Amino acid sequence: MNQATHPVIRSGLLLGIIALLGTALLAGVNNLTYERIVEQEKRRMLQQLNEIVPIVSYNNDLLEDVIKIEAPDFFRHPAPVTVYRARLDEQPVSVMMIVTAPDGYNGDIRLLVGINAAGTILGVRVISHRETPGLGDPIEAEKSDWIFGFEHKSLKNPESSGWAVKRDGGEFDQFTGATISPRAVVRAVHTTLLYFQANKQALFEPLPTGVDEDE
Amino acid sequence: MRMSDISLKKILSDGAWQQNTGLVVLLGLCPLLAVTNTVINGLALGLATMLTLMLSNLSVSVLRGLLKPEIRIPAFVLIIASVVTVIELLMHAFFYDLYRVLGIFIPLIVTNCAIIGRAEAFASRNSPLPSVVDGFATGLGFCITLVLLGAVRELTGRGTLLSGANMLLGDWASSLTLTIIPEHPGFLLAMLPPGAFMGLALLIAARNAWEARAANKPQTAIPIDVRDAHEA
Repeated sequence: MNQATHPVIRSGLLLGIIALLGTALLAGVNNLTYERIVEQEKRRMLQQLNEIVPIVSYNNDLLEDVIKIEAPDFFRHPAPVTVYRARLDEQPVSVMMIVTAPDGYNGDIRLLVGINAAGTILGVRVISHRETPGLGDPIEAEKSDWIFGFEHKSLKNPESSGWAVKRDGGEFDQFTGATISPRAVVRAVHTTLLYFQANKQALFEPLPTGVDEDE
Repeated sequence: MRMSDISLKKILSDGAWQQNTGLVVLLGLCPLLAVTNTVINGLALGLATMLTLMLSNLSVSVLRGLLKPEIRIPAFVLIIASVVTVIELLMHAFFYDLYRVLGIFIPLIVTNCAIIGRAEAFASRNSPLPSVVDGFATGLGFCITLVLLGAVRELTGRGTLLSGANMLLGDWASSLTLTIIPEHPGFLLAMLPPGAFMGLALLIAARNAWEARAANKPQTAIPIDVRDAHEA
């Protein structure tokens, strides 16, 4: 670089080169790790789903048979609901819905709710939350058995008035010192069941197939 | 004395003990306090930080002849951010469970001012080998602090050590978990941020007591340079 080059331009160029090198490095590493990261995410998701829907009960590609539904008013949350559909020889077996409870103690609680074709709950898991450790976090399967209490429940068991925590006159336990977190979860699970009942047909609607991508 | 005359041994003892980032200089306290609820979390973030320090010190040292004073800070930031993002991608790909536990604190390594501090104070004035050693020593000191604090909090908080080792080392390591206090009821305070502050205070006090005894003089607090601590 010759002496006449203005020092500002020199410095700018140098910074530009460093930025370029950094970007090239990141692009390279991203290329190398991209597939593995996607694979890891899928493995993790499938692991979570299979905790709820037994792996022998379906034979479709669960992670591919997925739709997103937008019903912000129904679920009282703007996030779209992701729905994984399990089928055995094309016949609907169950849905796994990722819903968000908007009214946790510290904001959103994301839940995975599994419902079989008959409308009975296979299981519920908390995917993410920010409830207070020690008070609200027994909603996690790792921390207590509470979340397993939803298994085999449906809209008829209990009846609609029973879908609340005990303090509100319902059937589900709250925790010592924490009512809000379990209340939010119970409410979200109930909402999900109501949505399932009203939209069962649409939820199991097969993805459009035979789309010719060459056209 | 020119900086480059400092012996590697001195660099090691400075970074790991005399100028320990977590216990003496008190830099990078945010990740230090946030992730140290278990030994393994502390160890993982400590190792990631150590690797970042070594790579960023190396890059800065190699480029030090080109870096004019007026652009050195943005250049450091670019280098450190690139290094951290590479480490984040690698952890995401190969240590997925740990990546999920440490979450935001991996990208936040960028903001650990110990790293830019070492780039500025050491790597930009020294040749590559001492710079890498300095990065290693500083990272080691930080990592040891994280592991110790993690051990104190995990032991008092849940009565175990090394829980979750499988996230770092693979499934065989599940058996490494030591249950020191069986039927531990769980001590919430130790797991929450206030416990982190108290644990860190105890570690600093222990280090000061050790130093005071080693110097064979009455116990006096070691003066701490806190000028930059608020940035951490």
